[in-house]
Amino acid sequence: MATPTLEKAESPAEVSPYITVTFRVRRFNPEVSAEATWQDFQVEIDPKERVLDGLHKIKWDLDGSLTFRRSCAHGICGSDAMRINGKNRLACKTLIKDINPEKPITVEPIKGLTVLKDLVVDMEPFFQAYRDVMPFLITKGNEPTRERLQSAEDRERFDDTTKCILCAACTSSCPVFWNDGQYFGPAAIVNAHRFIFDSRDEAGEQRLEILNDKDGVWRCRTTFNCTDACPRGIEVTKAIQEVKRALITRRF
Amino acid sequence: MSAETTPAVSGVDDVTLYDVDNPAPVIEAPRKRTKKTPKATRTNFEMYGWLFMRLSGILLVVLVLGHLLIQLVLDGGVSKIGFAFVAGRWASPFWQAWDLIMLWLAMLHGANGLRTVINDYAERDNTRFWLKMLLYTATVFTVLLGTLVIFTFDPNIR
Repeated sequence: MATPTLEKAESPAEVSPYITVTFRVRRFNPEVSAEATWQDFQVEIDPKERVLDGLHKIKWDLDGSLTFRRSCAHGICGSDAMRINGKNRLACKTLIKDINPEKPITVEPIKGLTVLKDLVVDMEPFFQAYRDVMPFLITKGNEPTRERLQSAEDRERFDDTTKCILCAACTSSCPVFWNDGQYFGPAAIVNAHRFIFDSRDEAGEQRLEILNDKDGVWRCRTTFNCTDACPRGIEVTKAIQEVKRALITRRF
Repeated sequence: MSAETTPAVSGVDDVTLYDVDNPAPVIEAPRKRTKKTPKATRTNFEMYGWLFMRLSGILLVVLVLGHLLIQLVLDGGVSKIGFAFVAGRWASPFWQAWDLIMLWLAMLHGANGLRTVINDYAERDNTRFWLKMLLYTATVFTVLLGTLVIFTFDPNIR
């Protein structure tokens, strides 16, 4: 019915691709109750659509009060990281068919950050950690009159960590961060790694010193939750270990 | 059917305490990072702690497994252990050194591990401080007592 092809509408099968999926959403509204509760929504949806489309259907057709963040809806802006079926993912990159639509799909806010409403969390501590590693190019001397050139190998060194979209899926999957928000968290370390290993940057030493602190890389327990959670496929734990290695080889 | 008001969003049945002007308190994340979070301390303590765990771990595998093998498996097993057996082993400086190194490494390794566990799990600064004080006291006491016994052991004690 929903297929736009008119000629093929007579086909014998005439099977609707739509199935009924239950979304079990963690609701919290401080203006109504101090308690967070689960609410189930039945949605008719094509399993080839994404969880974000399901949330849109709920918000637009069933309950306009459902609150969540999303901007580009195509896995680039990093706004809609949430805990779907117990795992941190981007709602806009998770297809319904990939996460067993037979059972209710649970959708929660990411953990370790203050929930403000429904799926919206306070990202400020996360961005504070990001700012604290100075995620910008620092150089000495005069500015060159053309681009700062770099060999392909030098670029390759930190290629993996340039892919970060700051969605907080890694940091909010880290058990150390859940218990102690003072820890920088994987995302901040990834973004420090991106500049520490950049041949054009000259403040690597400063950033290493920041991450050498008691809340820095040494608090990483290598549980690999961050690598599993990263929607961009960054090898986050490996990046953290590389920073550790750089710290040790710097001393010895 | 007394209350014909519009149903609340999440089906709250009794009178709600909170409204737009008086929202419920949000649950703050533990020890969250703010602008006031202290900046780097410029010491290498955490790095040395981390390195110590790796290196002492390797040594302890040899020391502890060797210790267990000698004490529990070889030459009659656990039943052979008695005052005489211990006195015989500590007559040799080699076993004295073995036990001394094992004592220090195991205690410091364990204490450092527990310190990280406390750092990871204790939420309040006070709890953190007192748990660590308890840990350090217990560690220093055990290490000093053990060292004292190894060095002043008298096989002829009555």
